[in-house]
Amino acid sequence: MSSLPLKLQTGPDIRAAVDSSKQVRRIPTRPAVLSRLADDAFRYATLLCAVSILAIVGLIFYELIKNSELSIGQFGWKFFTGTNWDPVAGDFGALPFVYGTLVSSLVALIIAVPLAIGVAIFITEMCPRALRGILSFFTELLAAIPSVIYGLWAVFVLVPIMREHVQPFLAKFFPWTGLFTGPPYGIGMLTAGIVLAIMVIPSISAITREVMIAVPQHQREAALALGATRWEMIRTAVLRNARTGIIGGIMLGLGRALGETMAVTMVIGNRPEIAKSLFAPGYTLASVIANEFTEATDDLYLSALIEIGLALFLLTVIVNAVARLLVWSTTRGVPARVHGQ
Amino acid sequence: MASSANVNLRRRIGNGLANALCLAAVIIVVVPLCAIFFYLLAKGAGSINLAFLTHTPKPVGESGGGFGNAIVGSAYVLGLASLMGVPLGVGAGIYLSEYGRGMFGNIIRFTADVLNGVPSIVIGIVAYSLIVLRQKHFSALAGGAALAIMMVPTITRATEEMLLLVPHAIREAALGLGIPQWRSTLSITLRTALPGVVTGLMLAFARVAGETAPLLFTAFGNQYWSTNPNQPIAALPLQIFVYAISPYDEWHRQAWAGALILIILIVTSVALVRYVTSRGVLRGNQ
Repeated sequence: MSSLPLKLQTGPDIRAAVDSSKQVRRIPTRPAVLSRLADDAFRYATLLCAVSILAIVGLIFYELIKNSELSIGQFGWKFFTGTNWDPVAGDFGALPFVYGTLVSSLVALIIAVPLAIGVAIFITEMCPRALRGILSFFTELLAAIPSVIYGLWAVFVLVPIMREHVQPFLAKFFPWTGLFTGPPYGIGMLTAGIVLAIMVIPSISAITREVMIAVPQHQREAALALGATRWEMIRTAVLRNARTGIIGGIMLGLGRALGETMAVTMVIGNRPEIAKSLFAPGYTLASVIANEFTEATDDLYLSALIEIGLALFLLTVIVNAVARLLVWSTTRGVPARVHGQ
Repeated sequence: MASSANVNLRRRIGNGLANALCLAAVIIVVVPLCAIFFYLLAKGAGSINLAFLTHTPKPVGESGGGFGNAIVGSAYVLGLASLMGVPLGVGAGIYLSEYGRGMFGNIIRFTADVLNGVPSIVIGIVAYSLIVLRQKHFSALAGGAALAIMMVPTITRATEEMLLLVPHAIREAALGLGIPQWRSTLSITLRTALPGVVTGLMLAFARVAGETAPLLFTAFGNQYWSTNPNQPIAALPLQIFVYAISPYDEWHRQAWAGALILIILIVTSVALVRYVTSRGVLRGNQ
């Protein structure tokens, strides 16, 4: 009985509210404004964080250009064609570093690409499920080892092996290539390339795995149903569909190899020379910065080193941008592993 | 008939060959990994003792001394980096997952991925010109800033990925109860995805913990104890590098020991991350 008057009381209220839409709006006015304000504030705060990523990249570019102005003005394009690096005379040509960076990265890719793709194929298509977790954990570990530890290992373990076994072997059986001549120091371009290869294999293989997983399962089933062997299935159904993404993965590996600093600095020999032999010591863009930055006393010297940093920045940004576009075009998802959004 | 049998045989051999080559690739890749861990243990374990963990480096020629200040310095610089990098990265991740559907979101994603690929030494140069040049001396703060810049893209992408895994129905339920959106994002969505987000943080942490190049001319290194953000500070990877390229056997031994400690820290965090993601409700990878 007591609920009846209550209903009678609320009835007209609701009707009045419905009648005049003004009232409906007025009742929740203050909390809505506050909560919309809070929502907007939150949204703009996160937007600020997101924009700061753009700002950081812009700031990196700006600082590099601003601080290398002196060297750019002095040498122009000749900076990248000159071969003489003489801080005492104030003459700076960066060609040996460009050469060393490109050659060591190329050697690394030649070694790393077949291995990384092989590992990715094995993990996604061939190995028993129980082994899959362990193997991907191992490759993740390989990616987590710091550069300086690779360098330490290379200096004390890999270099002696190269000097006493690998380099004499190559010099004996492949002298006709012209790439394996000269005294076997152990350090040099070839060793740097091998260390780089070990370091970029995990990144290439991780991306390759990702794009291979993105290939629809029914493609595999179709190939197998047509009577393909497992390898034929992988070649025609998986690799062919994933190839754009795999090339993207290789370019990401290239980006990492180009900018790798510590391990390379420790084994490449650090001599600004252009030599055909891979046994010869070389120098890379990143390692000249690492070695000489704190010693650069005059402004021109520092500016030349920062210009090398600028070149390295632009090179890796281009390589990475192309690589990301290729990977995105294959996995079609942004981010790759999330579906159904 | 004979030719078709030949073709089949050739296909089978091709298949076997491909299997064998892939297996060989795995073995070739695993060998250096095992070799690195073997040598780290063999050469490093003997030199680790209490003095190594608590003392500062001794001058050349004196035996003893340790990496104590470098370990503390590394933790200090990483702490500074996290203070700057974590809020920024998580905030950007929230923006991308909750608001960043359109073109603008994709531009941010793309930039984050590109920033992820910028060489660490270049980021070191920028931290140098922004902070060291203005302060006129090397500092822990500059080292922290360089590492923070490196952490941001990893954290952003990981946070976004984890938040997107939270089912839409949960957000809708929260909004349906009249909770404002910011509150729902922080207390419901982020809370649900927290194990995954923490995983991303630890991966970013592990990634920059071993970075040497950006610290060379920012944190610079220090022979003594220091916890002043405005002074040069020692760091574990820096100390390993300096000792490894030195000509002294005693220092080489200590470099191996330092490397072993660094790798133990990193492997523990990676393994922990894997354990959490494989058990948690939210499975990050695969």
